[in-house]
Amino acid sequence: MLETAADSAEKKAPGKSAKPIVKLAEHIVEIVSDSGEGAQRCGQSFATIAARSGNGIWTVEIIPAEIQPPARSIEGTSGNRIRVSSNTVTNGGDEADLVIAFNEQVLLSRINANEIKPGCIILLEDKWATHPDANIAAVYTETRDRLLGDGYNILEIPMEVECLKHVPDAKRGKNMFVLGMLCSIYSLDLELGRQQVARIFAKKSDAIIKANQILLEAGHDWAAANLEIKYQIPAVKKSDPQIVVNGNTALSLGVLASGMQICAMYPITPATSASHYLSDVFNKVGGLVHQAEDEIAACAFAVGASYAGKCAVTITSGPGYSLKQEAIGLAVMGEIPMVVVNVQRGGPSTGQPTKVEQGDLLTACFGSHGDAPKVVMAAANIEDCFYSMITARQLAETFNMVVVVLTDANLATAQQPIPRPEFSEEWLAPPVDQSAVPKDAKPYDWDPKTGLAPRFVPGRPDGMHTLTGLAHDQNSKVIYDPEINEQAIEKRSLKLAALQKTLKPPPVFGGDQGDLLIIGWGSTKGAIEEAIERVRADGLKASSVHLQFLQPMASGLKEIMGRFDKVVIVENSWSDDLEHEIIDENNQRFSNLAWLIRGRYLVDADCWSEVKGRPSKPGAIERMIHDRLQ
Amino acid sequence: MTNNVAERLLGYDDEVFGVEHYQSDVLPRWCSGCGDNAILTAIQRLCRDEKLLPEKTMFVSGIGCSSRLPHYMNAYGFHGIHGRSLPVAEGIKMARPDLNVFVTTGDGDCCSIGAGHWIHAIRYNIDMTVLMHDNGIYGLTKKQVSPTSPQGLKTNTTPRGSYLPPLNPLSTTLGVANVSFVAQAVDWIPETLYDIISAAFHHNGFSFVRILQRCPEFMPDMFDPWVQDPQQMLLLEHVNGLHLSPELGKVYTNQEAHDPADINRAREIASLTEIIPVGVLYRNEEIPRYDDIRRPRGVYTNEKIRAGIEEELDKYTI
Ligand SMILES: Cc1ncc(C[n+]2csc(CCOP(=O)(O)OP(=O)(O)O)c2C)c(N)n1
Ligand code: SF4
Ligand SMILES: [Mg+2]
Repeated sequence: MLETAADSAEKKAPGKSAKPIVKLAEHIVEIVSDSGEGAQRCGQSFATIAARSGNGIWTVEIIPAEIQPPARSIEGTSGNRIRVSSNTVTNGGDEADLVIAFNEQVLLSRINANEIKPGCIILLEDKWATHPDANIAAVYTETRDRLLGDGYNILEIPMEVECLKHVPDAKRGKNMFVLGMLCSIYSLDLELGRQQVARIFAKKSDAIIKANQILLEAGHDWAAANLEIKYQIPAVKKSDPQIVVNGNTALSLGVLASGMQICAMYPITPATSASHYLSDVFNKVGGLVHQAEDEIAACAFAVGASYAGKCAVTITSGPGYSLKQEAIGLAVMGEIPMVVVNVQRGGPSTGQPTKVEQGDLLTACFGSHGDAPKVVMAAANIEDCFYSMITARQLAETFNMVVVVLTDANLATAQQPIPRPEFSEEWLAPPVDQSAVPKDAKPYDWDPKTGLAPRFVPGRPDGMHTLTGLAHDQNSKVIYDPEINEQAIEKRSLKLAALQKTLKPPPVFGGDQGDLLIIGWGSTKGAIEEAIERVRADGLKASSVHLQFLQPMASGLKEIMGRFDKVVIVENSWSDDLEHEIIDENNQRFSNLAWLIRGRYLVDADCWSEVKGRPSKPGAIERMIHDRLQ
Repeated sequence: MTNNVAERLLGYDDEVFGVEHYQSDVLPRWCSGCGDNAILTAIQRLCRDEKLLPEKTMFVSGIGCSSRLPHYMNAYGFHGIHGRSLPVAEGIKMARPDLNVFVTTGDGDCCSIGAGHWIHAIRYNIDMTVLMHDNGIYGLTKKQVSPTSPQGLKTNTTPRGSYLPPLNPLSTTLGVANVSFVAQAVDWIPETLYDIISAAFHHNGFSFVRILQRCPEFMPDMFDPWVQDPQQMLLLEHVNGLHLSPELGKVYTNQEAHDPADINRAREIASLTEIIPVGVLYRNEEIPRYDDIRRPRGVYTNEKIRAGIEEELDKYTI
């Protein structure tokens, strides 16, 4: 017997208005379920609705490592964290304020991981209490009671029972019911919710859209009628247009707009989704994604395409990045422009495929044997993922270098509203130069000051020569002369210095001088700057600098460091702890950037690092700063 | 820009280019008697006869003695890294369909370190001419066993004789889906070497030529039985394959009229053990080409690109 949404809305309308609305500056919400129950889609939709309402948002995906993990298992937890705020949000924040869990095991996984604020509100599916399997019912009851005892505010919700009033199978659709509940709890416009459902199911039938909208409304109305909680996070709508994308989508959009038309790749988490999207839309700009037989082939293919005049990109993660090293070295030696994206994950080896780590910085800078200078830059946020592709292509083709762009698993799946890019035709690549090469010109006519040489792309009359990975002279002839070899190494190295001369000093966040300076790179930027804001509000004199270029590094950092008493490098790569009984200053290993900074500037920069496979929290960095300044 | 190329194209018909025109100023450094020399000559003759524009012609290689070949051509060359010549060439051809792409590779380069790429390159069937110089040994690194070395061969890494029977590059190639051209040549019959490379060049798709190549330095008498006794050779003759001159026909009387469309017979011929077949084993011009399938159609003006990007940005605009 179906009760229509309109009926129930009317019946329950009076209860809704009676509740007091609590105004909040921000809230962190987590929605967790077994994999396949749609918590991720629910979370993303909730975030989109909030963003469309004008809220700042940041989402973090909670991803199981396997495709079909067992049901009701801690390792199978799948979902989304959404940080919603009145202001712009730059990171996933600290512990969650409100959790919606489809079973008690996935909830436990988040509590065990210390991701949930003590005593916070938990909306828990209650069907397990009466589950026919007595074991499951007992485990559920025991867990619920224990958590209640621990002080969590658990509200049991008959999600499935309510859904079954509208659809025959609640497995698919419960997430839309929950989305409706969230719209009610956070006083979001239900019409935006309906539109979101229509967007999600745009490719499906009207009946499916309708059924899901009914569930959405049912969830909304149920929450309005039965829950005491009602919040509002005031929002200010931005005047300029915004897009909501995750880092990998932003990266793909950046590739589209960069003038690159060839992407060669081999599937690997967490880079793959960028290629999925690109495969779908690259033809709109005349581009193609080539899924090669392995990463070596993908990189060699990109080298070939770039050499032939179409600067190409190859996108990968950890293990794939390792495989590409030899071909990257070839591009360095041949001075072939190429963009390599490494969406970093936990390592070494297969490591933690879905988790964040910043352990590839040194490999990016020094990978491939011999002296193989290449540009290394890092995206710090979603917007950077977009623009770094445009910059990378331009730098690659200006300096005939390999440009490595580092992002990571955190950015890959995190969503944030960013100002909609205004496309400029200047971003596109010029047509392939097919003009005749001047008489007597040399294929490597290195400028003695900058190391730069014009490039002879095949097809250019009179430019015939053989590019070689062997040591070569200005004519691209294989040489065995020690002097010429060294001169060529110098020229390839000089290009980095030439680029470095064009870089602006990095801006300082906080005050220009003080007691402590944090230096970071990549996806930790939001958390670091939020921590700096908090400690400065407490009166501490701490600031931060975030590096976009890791190789070469812009000038000015030394002077900045000189204005602070202490320097701490914050990143998600391993560093030894001096407190450990066998670690001392002779064997202590530093985190990636710390090695670089210490080596270059001879400063006794300290490091604070985490490799927990999750983004560093602003609160953790905040506590560290307090500790160091005691 | 385009005028320049057009002018040269026009000019070419009038000028008579000799083989020298395709020789670079670098002299080949192969050992004397090395079969690579004959292969180089055949390629230079082909370029001359086909009037290939040097700037539109690309020689891609990996690493090995054989992979030095691009340096000796007056054309664009890409002497890359060991085993990866095929994916490099694929990228080049995909980006630049206007280039004539040749690949020279060795038995180690192609059948060992590059074996994965080899299998997939056959399947992609991208338009290029691949010449696999098979001397049954690693030449450049000084005599180590190769996947095509005869069993029992004593080399620096198998001083008591190699352990395994050789891999058969012809059978392997003929076993891959989408194979479209397979031929075998030997360096010591220059006339057929030329004809086979020419047939490979004219093939629409990925043409694979295994060239049995003598390495007097490390395998001094490996092919002696065949070089000395033409009866040990099987010449495949057909209107759609190799045409034998009357002179050659008199020397190589062991012939078979083999239709390159017949893949089953091609596989049988490929697996002959004592006899060396020479000619086109298989040819199929109908196999779809990956470069053709994937080539973006139409003209992508800046306006069209802008429209495509804006359309995507619209999807994510809130
Ligand atoms: C990654 C890598 N591994 C090993 C080598 C060393 N190496 C260079 S050529 C070669 C084998 C060459 O044999 P083949 O391909 O048969 O060519 P040939 O010299 O016989 O013509 C090897 C092992 C290399 N250059 N790169
Ligand atoms: S070692 Fe063998 S293959 Fe290499 S150049 Fe000498 S003869 Fe030729
Ligand atoms: Mg060999």
